This record gives sequence, structure tokens and C-alpha cells, in this order.
Amino acid sequence: MLIQSPEKSVLKEHQVTDESVYLKRRQLIKQMGFFGAGTLLSSTIANTTNAQGLDFFSSAPEKTFQRYPLTFTADGTNNTEVLTPEAKVTSHNNFYEFGIGKSDPVNNAQNFNIKPWQLTISGECDKPYTLDLDDLTKSFALEERIYRLRCVEAWSMVIPWVGFELSKLLKKAQPNSRAKYIAFETLHDPAQMPGQASRRMGGGIDYPYVEGLRIDEAMNPLTLMSVGLYGKTLPAQNGAPIRLVVPWKYGFKSIKSIVAIKFVEHPPASTWNILAPNEYGFYANVNPEVDHPRWSQASERRLTSGGLFARNRIDTLPFNGYGEQVAGLYKNLDLRKNF
Amino acid sequence: MKYKVILFKIFVHLAAFLPLANAYYLAFTDQLGADPVEAIIHFTGIGAFNLLLLSLMITPLSKRFKISILLKVRRLVGLYSFTYAFLHLTNFLVFEVQFDWSLFLSEILERPYITIGMAGLLILLTLAITSISLLRKKMAKNWQKLHNWVYLAAVLIGIHFYWSVKSEIIEPSIYLFITFILLAFRFKKLNKWIKKD
Repeated sequence: MLIQSPEKSVLKEHQVTDESVYLKRRQLIKQMGFFGAGTLLSSTIANTTNAQGLDFFSSAPEKTFQRYPLTFTADGTNNTEVLTPEAKVTSHNNFYEFGIGKSDPVNNAQNFNIKPWQLTISGECDKPYTLDLDDLTKSFALEERIYRLRCVEAWSMVIPWVGFELSKLLKKAQPNSRAKYIAFETLHDPAQMPGQASRRMGGGIDYPYVEGLRIDEAMNPLTLMSVGLYGKTLPAQNGAPIRLVVPWKYGFKSIKSIVAIKFVEHPPASTWNILAPNEYGFYANVNPEVDHPRWSQASERRLTSGGLFARNRIDTLPFNGYGEQVAGLYKNLDLRKNF
Repeated sequence: MKYKVILFKIFVHLAAFLPLANAYYLAFTDQLGADPVEAIIHFTGIGAFNLLLLSLMITPLSKRFKISILLKVRRLVGLYSFTYAFLHLTNFLVFEVQFDWSLFLSEILERPYITIGMAGLLILLTLAITSISLLRKKMAKNWQKLHNWVYLAAVLIGIHFYWSVKSEIIEPSIYLFITFILLAFRFKKLNKWIKKD
């Protein structure tokens, strides 16, 4: 006597099982790795915060960061590329504030509290102002933008962001003539961000994370302030509640969980550039001609679906394929020197 | 005793092989995180280093605590280290650069941290081949000389790991530290060996 509606139950069960198995297996494999050989290094075990020995039975339900549906106009970029599945977009993140492993952010950021949030827009402008959490999704009309994201580590994704053009936010503050650059800053809250509390967890970076753009780059219509992805507000691990998306630059330029945007006269500091100036430049435009000192940037692996045998290596395009819209910004610049 | 040794060897086989089989199964079926390629490369790389350090720990441990049975699995652990390292490189060729041979070769030759890793792997390969009992007997005294190269391999692999990361140097530093501790146990031997040459 089965009276369940089969359709509904199939879908629900599939989703639930999928996710928990997904998470658990990842955990399992970590532990198996240590079981295989690594029990000799307790420090390594501590490094993966979720691996607690061979405890397969920990059933403590993990709290998940709340996301809400957004209202927005559909993407107009005529995207024809296969999207990276949401589960991958939200579980493969470089967000060292929550740990250096790709899956550390999804594991460590679920309790991230973004209430209250304040984003201040200040510096060389006539009308500095502040946005509260609610303002972030209500002040500007939201639109979907499907962009390629090219990480400096030579992997890439295709992500349907939801947000608004940075230029709208900037113009509202009425920048003055000294506003030549924009400086961005991530939240500094070591109590919430374990990577900021410990150098081991945070990869030896001096926090807060900072980034910068030239004002013409910032005003380009492609440059997006994202408040969501896949139709809902951003997950914590992707930079909730608001982040930058600059699709023609390497991913590290797209700073997450922003609390301050400042108009400045001189080139602002950027975190990876401070850390290794020979490896990461201020511009960080995607450029297949200029290799990272330790690996080639000529091609990339596109993460969509399929396991090990997915033939996903593709050529990297200049400006990540957005040259038509942005190459003009750099016409008098030697991109080899200004990488 | 013999029975015990066999059991112990079976245990080592299972402990080294099952995680590997499991990782590949998950990676083939796209369940090993969002980027199974990166995950399997890291898994086999760090696994190889773990096993190598474990194999270098065996002699000092068995001497200190007089557990001779440990010595019976030293070669096995070393061979598994080589297996993991070999798969690490194979993963890079097959899944990372996906048989782009020119990219594969240029990355090995032009990226110093990969060149160093490759040198470490070649040493392990030589040691793995000469670990066959027959060759060991034939080589007599030279065998030990050759197999002392494992210490260099460990250092090279430690540098390879340290150099490969973006900024998170604490874990590779700990690995290097452990490597040097294990070398310190061989201080006399290494000193003698270097002075002779």
C-alpha cells in the first residue's frame, strides 16, 4: 500500500541523498587518504577541519547558510556554453578566509552571519553612502549574467550570476576628478572567519583581503556586483552577501564578501600581488600568452560534469573571451609587463 | 612468525590499496569533489609522500622498539609509495593535460617544481626496479649505495610539494621538517657516505 506520489518522492529523495552522499564521500576520501598513510601527521588531520578520524557515523545535521530567491531579468549574453552545475559552483571555492582547501569554504562557512551587513562607498566622491543588507538586493534592478570564470590555477566554470553593474553603484556616489581607482575590501571578522584567525587555516595571507580596479575597468558594463547565483542569493562560500565579478580577469580579482568600496587617486594594493608580485599582477587579465611562472596559462580545464574522463581541456582566450568589450581599455599597455 | 608476517603484509596491502581504489572509483563517477582531476592528483601525490616517509620511519622504529616484523614490510611500503607517485604523474598526463604531449613535456622541463618532482620519481623508479630480490643479490654492496638515493628523493619530493603551493606553506614545511628528522637518524651513515665519495 504505497500511497506516496512517486514523482515527488523520487525527486526529493534524489536530491537529499545526492547531496549528503556527495559531502560524506568527500569526507570519506579525505579520511581514507590519512588512513592509507597519513595517520603519521596529526597536523594534516587537523588541517581538514571536518575529518574526525574514521568517524563515518557522525550524524549531526549541518546547518546550511540560508539563501533566498531573487527577482531579476534574464541573462542577455546569449550564452551557449554548458553551465557548471550549482553543486560544483558552491563546493569548489577559493575563499581562504574559510580555509585553503577547495571544499573548506562550503564546510566552514555555513554559520556565517551576515546580519547586520554594511557596505560603505566612500573616498574621492561627493555623495558617499552606505548600503545595509536589504539595500544590496533592493537598491538596483537585478539582472542575470552568465559569465565564464577563469581561475588563475587554470580551471574555469560558467556561472549564472545575479547582480547589477558596478557602475550604477559607483555613479550614485558621484566620484570626483581625483577618483582614478577603486579599492575593495573584504569583511575582517576573525571570530567568524577561521582563516583570518589562524595563519595555518588562512594560507599565510594578511587580512583583510583587498583588491582594486582602475576606474574605467570598474565602470565597464561587464563589471558586476553579484548578490546571487543560480537565481538565489549568494551562498556564504561564494562571497555572500555581495561580491565583485570581473569576468575578463583571473578569479582572485573578484573579491568576496565586500564591506568597503573606496574611490582613490593612486593604484590600490591587491592581496595576491602583495603576496607574490612576480606571480600575480595588479591587472590580472586572463592572457594565454603570459604564463604563470609555475604553470602554463595557454589552456584550462572547464569544470562542468563528468568524472576523470571528461575531456574538458580547452584553449584559454585572451581576456577570457571578452576582448571585444574590454581590449580597448588596454590598447596602450604592454600586457606582458602589466600582467 | 611467518603467519604473522603474511597477515601484516595483507594488512599493508589493504591499507594502501583500498583508499586508492576508492578514490579512483569516486573520481571516475564524478563524486570526488567538484574537480576530480585536481583531487586525484593531490590524493596520489600526498599519498606517495606519506608512504615514502612511512617507509623511512620503519628502520628507526624497528631498531628503537625492536619490532623486527616492521622490516618485513619496508619494501612493500616503498613500492606502494612508488605506485602512488607513478599514478600521480600518470594522472597529470592523462587527466590534467589530457595527452597534450608537448604541454606535458614543456611543463616537466620548464617548471622547476615539476622537474624536481620528476627527478624524485625517477629515483623511486630506479629503486623500485632494483628492489627485486634477484637484482639485489646481484648488486651486492652496490645495492645499498644505490638505495641510499631514497634520501635525496625524499628531499626532492619535499621541495616539490613546498614549491607547488600558492601561499599555504605550513603543511609542506611540516613535511620537510619530518623529512629532515628522518634524515637525521641517518646522520652517521650519510656523513660517511658523502666523505667516501
